Amino acid sequence: MRTLQLPIQEEDILSLHVGDPVALCGVMITGRDAVHKWMVDTFIKKTRSPQGDDLEVYAALKPLLDGGVIYHCGPVVSGLDSGAYRLVAAGPTTSIREEPYQGDVMRHFRLRGVIGKGGMGAKTLAACKEVPGVYLHAIGGAASLIAQTVVKVLGVYKLDFGVPEAMWVIEVKYFPAVVTMDAHGESLHAVVEAQSRAALDNLLAQP
Amino acid sequence: MPEIIEYILELVRLAATDLPPDVEISLRQAVEQEEPGSAARGALETILQNVALSRANSTPICQDTGTPIFYVQHPEGWSTRKMRQQIEAAVAEATQRAYLRPNSVDSLTGNNTGNNLGGQHFPTIHFEEVEDDTLTVDLILKGGGCENVGAQYSLPNTSLGAGRDLAGVRKVVLDAVHKAQGKGCAPGILGVAIGGDRGSSYLASKEVLVRQMDEPSPDPELAALEERLTAESNQLGIGPMGFGGKTTVLSTKITSLNRLPASYFVSVSYMCWAYRRRRMTLQGDQVSYQ
Repeated sequence: MRTLQLPIQEEDILSLHVGDPVALCGVMITGRDAVHKWMVDTFIKKTRSPQGDDLEVYAALKPLLDGGVIYHCGPVVSGLDSGAYRLVAAGPTTSIREEPYQGDVMRHFRLRGVIGKGGMGAKTLAACKEVPGVYLHAIGGAASLIAQTVVKVLGVYKLDFGVPEAMWVIEVKYFPAVVTMDAHGESLHAVVEAQSRAALDNLLAQP
Repeated sequence: MPEIIEYILELVRLAATDLPPDVEISLRQAVEQEEPGSAARGALETILQNVALSRANSTPICQDTGTPIFYVQHPEGWSTRKMRQQIEAAVAEATQRAYLRPNSVDSLTGNNTGNNLGGQHFPTIHFEEVEDDTLTVDLILKGGGCENVGAQYSLPNTSLGAGRDLAGVRKVVLDAVHKAQGKGCAPGILGVAIGGDRGSSYLASKEVLVRQMDEPSPDPELAALEERLTAESNQLGIGPMGFGGKTTVLSTKITSLNRLPASYFVSVSYMCWAYRRRRMTLQGDQVSYQ
């Protein structure tokens, strides 16, 4: 298992290949459906004008995401009343829903990695090559275990999106994941999809 | 009728944090199927560590604690209105205690209610009156990742070559498993309903998931199809998390409903490996959990 310090350097990204297990250390941000739509609509395609604290949040996010990673996760959080936040359960959510947005978000913020589950498609794979970056697969449902690698909640943005959809800024120590899409154009998900397609065709041909 | 808030709260805690033994056994058997050192085996080992940790600490197995779906069988004369109020109170308290994530979102405004309540359909509660004096409550927590890969087919389906018979059912279910890949958190459990209308068919495909892992359909023909579908799904090679591997589906549950002459629906509810379903039984003041 290889340790990766956040933010990740370009040479480290280029040395990663599909199948490599990694352990992440440093600061990352959670972001899922509402966040990706908000980023693209407000700051990338600009179909919506900034409102409320949008510009402040954007200014705070830029340095955190430059060379950083975004984690597709809607955690269970305790301490909501007191503000002494702790992530109780924090596994990955299905990433493919962000496929329309992810490539643009990676390019805009110079994101070096995306963590989630289930893999992503051709648009994100192209962005991984270009930026360059990687897709890191965490174990879906391993929420208590992953939450233990979150040593501190440093802050939260857009809590008005709701607890699962907010951006939680977290410090992690040895957060476990596997590279399933790399910066060299390889995707484990594309391979498994094609192989299982062939197996399905074979089964469908049987009575 | 007695007050049931505390009993339901414990049922929610158990469901969210303590994976049923039959599911854990099945996952342990799956580990042995996968190659040592493979990503598939690593995923299953991580899953089992997480199951033990969640049980020890009473923390959610998965952060997506899903839609709470209750199946309530109650004695004659009990008020479903009062039971609903008490179940809702227990769900709100379970959310406060971080057994559940706040998951109920207004579809028009996007606002999260913060307590897992909202309208008549969140949480989902099905009531049925039974003859004896026992209250039985089954709870399934069904996460969004696996719910999103559920599928419904109207047979015949020309592109899959699926006709209106069990051979056709087999084909569309295999197609659904292939389409799901790892996105529903494989290895999964398949709930399949044949027949009904679109609504009742999906409903039955979830209800069949209250069965035990090793409990086949009472219909021998369906039981044989269940076994075949589990084996053939595992030939697809999708594997745990979609990493590739031998374990894609742990178990298949099939049920059938009467249908209209014109309709032949097959509904597939995909349940993730975090198959969180628990049962509470109350007889007099004796409560037990399974």
